[in-house]
Amino acid sequence: MAEFIKCSGCGRVLFHTELMQSWKVCGHCGWHHRLSARERIEATFDPGTFEELDADLVSVDPLGFPEYREKLAAAEQKTGLRDAIVSGMARLDGLPVSVAVSDFAFMGGSMGSVAGEKIVRSLERAAERRCAAIQFCASGGARMQEGMLSLMQLPKTNAGVQRCRDAGVPYIAVFTDPTMAGVLASYASVADVILAEPRAMVGFAGARVSKQAGVGKVPDDFQMAEFAHKHGFIDRIVARGELRDVLAALVRILGARCYAG
Amino acid sequence: MPAKTWKEWEGPVLELQDGIAKLRQMAAKEADSAKRKALESKIAEYEARLAKYIDTQYSQLGPWEKVLVARAEPRPYTLDFIQAICSEFIELEGDRRYGNDPAIVGGPAVFRGRPIVILGHQKGRNIQQRQYRNFGMAKPEGYRKAIRLMQMADRFGLPVVALLDTPAADPGVDSESRGISEAIADSILTMLGLRVPTVAAVIGEGGSGGAIGIGVGNHVLMLEHAVYSVIPPEGCAAILWRQPERGDEAAAALRLTAQSAMELGLIDRIVPEPKGGAHRAPDVAALSLGDELERSLKELSGLTPEELREQRYRKYRSMGVFGTAG
Ligand SMILES: [Zn+2]
Repeated sequence: MAEFIKCSGCGRVLFHTELMQSWKVCGHCGWHHRLSARERIEATFDPGTFEELDADLVSVDPLGFPEYREKLAAAEQKTGLRDAIVSGMARLDGLPVSVAVSDFAFMGGSMGSVAGEKIVRSLERAAERRCAAIQFCASGGARMQEGMLSLMQLPKTNAGVQRCRDAGVPYIAVFTDPTMAGVLASYASVADVILAEPRAMVGFAGARVSKQAGVGKVPDDFQMAEFAHKHGFIDRIVARGELRDVLAALVRILGARCYAG
Repeated sequence: MPAKTWKEWEGPVLELQDGIAKLRQMAAKEADSAKRKALESKIAEYEARLAKYIDTQYSQLGPWEKVLVARAEPRPYTLDFIQAICSEFIELEGDRRYGNDPAIVGGPAVFRGRPIVILGHQKGRNIQQRQYRNFGMAKPEGYRKAIRLMQMADRFGLPVVALLDTPAADPGVDSESRGISEAIADSILTMLGLRVPTVAAVIGEGGSGGAIGIGVGNHVLMLEHAVYSVIPPEGCAAILWRQPERGDEAAAALRLTAQSAMELGLIDRIVPEPKGGAHRAPDVAALSLGDELERSLKELSGLTPEELREQRYRKYRSMGVFGTAG
């Protein structure tokens, strides 16, 4: 890890150790730098309570897609992860929660078969164990290299949401930078509660797609969490420093019935 | 260089067809019987050549050619199919939220004696129609219209048939501000939860989230030359090689044909198209689609509301291919 980091918000050079004390929020301008899945878990849940599950799932190359295997290997090398989702059980103020966290550093957090499977399992786990489900999203969308299989992860992950609804367990999604396309158009957008970090990118079509489709002038805050919030598609924008407490309160209140039984 | 449009690709066939039509007119006007005979034999010769040409051309359609055929303007669209297979259809246009989106049409209908609710993406053929239908790219209103129609079907115990034919959902600023992603996600969730039989059929272009937004079915069918893809091949090529013109290579890599979807276990059946594609004989294509829809509805009619929901859950729950380490 580099000792210094240049802030993406204000350009100031920050000490890495200092930045990590605020979980990568710039002390000068408040810019929220991306967290890895492991950092996110450490920043959010009760210390030492995270138990990883389904860590053995690995992406294969079902279509024989150009350069996919190489990209997977490079991503694994870079992140130490087997795919873009880290999931398992953890506790929040002592209450058990089923969590899945997306890591943007692994192929842009893209959702292929493994991510879809881990997400749906974590949602099902919440329904079975009668606890809250928490999904941290950070993804460019569906994983192109798995073609139609990736597209089918949209209904697949939503099937997990259906299970949570049937079981009456709360499901909370947190949009972190970026939450886009196929992920936004599936499980992310149908959570009981949707929170977002400030200035996270949140949108359906990537800039390239919009441009190709001839979308002209866009508002300054287009595809930012603030834009989606203004239009009613995000419930609250929560600074990273307050996220843990907001999540804990939501889990406790919405999950009152599950945790009482 | 591969052809960029269906017209370009089918150019020789279309020319031959035009030529035959002209010869026919000449033959009809020809008073001299010997000359007429000669013209008629010429016509027969050209027709044989045309049939053979179509035969070879369509027996070896590659993924890219299928993309072109799936996008072909004369290909039957949702309303063409509805008109051909339903004896009654009352289009209902409101989403009860914001407005009417002409890119998704639907309403109650009678299909081979069965009351159903049918809906689908709608494209336009000429410039005005294309603009009116927004090239078949639905906005949030379209998905919310679909949701309300499906919920109505659910209340009245009517099966839902959805026809998919869209390049993508609308990527514009107004769609984004009215929650296109939420609309698609909610539509998918609604379809998963329906307690009536649902059959989805990709009739042309199955374009990514815009298509799956109304594509969740107990059974999913695809027309023989339809395509279904997570990203347009040109967009994929732009990302992979920064060369959108290599769409043909991307189409092959994406495995977006009905045949691949079948191999990957993502659809239930392929609906055969008439020789030369659905646009050569729309009535034959409609009959073929009607038969397969009827078969699905018959098969599903034996399931209880809970079984239908569970079947759908298990179906989508099992989609994906992965391995385990160690
Ligand atoms: Zn800063």
